[in-house]
Amino acid sequence: MTVLAVVEHDRGNITSASLGVLTAARNLAKQMNTKFEALTIGANADRLSETAANFGATTVHQAHNAMLTDFGPEAWGESIAQVVRKTSPSVVIGTGTERGHEIIAQAAARLDLPAAMNCLEFDKDFNGSQPLKVVRARWGGSLMEESQLDAPIKLVTLANHVVEPQEELATSPATISAIDVQLDESVSQSFVQDRVERVAGVTLATSPVVVSGGRGVGSAEAFAPLEELAGLLNGVVGCSRAVTNNGWRNHTDQVGQTGTRIAPDIYIACGISGAIQHWVGAMASKNILAINIDAQANIVTKAGYAVIGDLHVVVPAISAEIRRRQNK
Amino acid sequence: MNILVCVKRVPAPGARINITSDGQQVDTAFLGFTVSPHEECAVEQAVQLIEKHGGDVTVLTLGPIEAEEQLRTAVSTGATKAVLVPIDTTDWDPQRTAQAIAKVIGELEATNGKYDLILFGNESADSCGYQVGVRTALKLGRPIVNGAKGLDIDNGVAIIRRESDAGVEIYKLKTPACVGVKEGINLPRYPTMKGRLASKKVAVDRSESSGETGGLKLITLRRPPERASNTVILGNGPEAAPAVVDLLEELGVFK
Repeated sequence: MTVLAVVEHDRGNITSASLGVLTAARNLAKQMNTKFEALTIGANADRLSETAANFGATTVHQAHNAMLTDFGPEAWGESIAQVVRKTSPSVVIGTGTERGHEIIAQAAARLDLPAAMNCLEFDKDFNGSQPLKVVRARWGGSLMEESQLDAPIKLVTLANHVVEPQEELATSPATISAIDVQLDESVSQSFVQDRVERVAGVTLATSPVVVSGGRGVGSAEAFAPLEELAGLLNGVVGCSRAVTNNGWRNHTDQVGQTGTRIAPDIYIACGISGAIQHWVGAMASKNILAINIDAQANIVTKAGYAVIGDLHVVVPAISAEIRRRQNK
Repeated sequence: MNILVCVKRVPAPGARINITSDGQQVDTAFLGFTVSPHEECAVEQAVQLIEKHGGDVTVLTLGPIEAEEQLRTAVSTGATKAVLVPIDTTDWDPQRTAQAIAKVIGELEATNGKYDLILFGNESADSCGYQVGVRTALKLGRPIVNGAKGLDIDNGVAIIRRESDAGVEIYKLKTPACVGVKEGINLPRYPTMKGRLASKKVAVDRSESSGETGGLKLITLRRPPERASNTVILGNGPEAAPAVVDLLEELGVFK
């Protein structure tokens, strides 16, 4: 009876989401009074055993196969399934990321076990023998689901950013267990075949300032003052789904449940009503300033700061004020 | 080529999601319904592919009989055939859903031949389970990649573009294959007049199905705790600009 943390990595580089998973797995194992083990996939991830040990893993399973040189969802899922069959953990925790959801789904399908994705909490009374109650995120986090995983082995993913990573060495050095997994051609197709690396620069996901426009902006051209303000603040322009649906801006600029989740120092939301699908993408922002003609708009009532007025006048006035102070 | 797109009927919530008193579902008394966004884009992608390569796009949904509305919407934007798998309860768990869909696909393929591509949404907008596509693909013995932000077909190979923190990853799957599509892969078109007419006329086939209940059981839904709202109003109209810039200076985003 153990808790197994699946380490997500990209060609040997661990992802930040994995650190939260290692922490959550250790906490859950403590509560269950059992051991916490980790799984790395591919020989290029062997060196991550040290990281797992720093987070308190007592055993690190290293899945090996010549095929495992890059990410492949089916091969990774099959590797997890084989290690799970071999080690019979009570709980398997993966990352709540695109890759994490995908490989846990793959493993669950192969093991014919249920899986609960994007878990926010695990039952504090869980001791390993009963069904596992979880709270998981629905609607991108705007609704919570309490549900129960009824299976001999519980597969879950941990919603990203829910658990703060915290190292804690185990009392004895971690045992390394190399496991040769058997992979055949049925899983060989879905590996990454090629890559186009991103040019370094500020993206919507990482920019400290995001100036965003919604339906209230009115047209593609009317985004010019938002571009100007973003430029003055070294930020980027975002938008709501209404804007992409109207073809005013590309989907890469979309903030929301089905767009990008952002967490800038300040989010300036112009002419955005704040429908729930948009809010879940923006709610992690450290500060939100809403500029809206409607004082009752959802975003205005939820934002920390607001200006009530027409964005077409307010935004240029802010840019002008910035310029005035810059020239002083 | 023949493409099957699996779609889900979901409520279209506004600023707040309300829950029924028994805590089992979203209160849809005042809500409209729509096709889950990722799947709406999957339909568009399939239609674009047959416009280029020829063929048929079949849309399939497992849901209440009212989901016929979403199938007809898909036809109005270019899908050619529609299959409804009616269920009586509101939502099936992912294992049961995948089992039922795989069974229906097997029956459809026994008559019509294999679909070159079967598309799913990356995850449904409402339950966010992230697994029905993967489970169905495995039951059908077909490869699947999720997260597609680009999809093309070249000589029987599906070329999939997927975004990552580092850039774009390319995957290639020999058809028949399955793909989980994400919003942003395209901009879905509005229904055309011709499409609207077709959507009224199209025969919605019904396929009965069943599946054993899986191991993920809903206990209750609840709303996350609301943040206390104490918005600071910086002013009205352009006169608020100095207060805004003061705030930006205070936050250190403008120096």
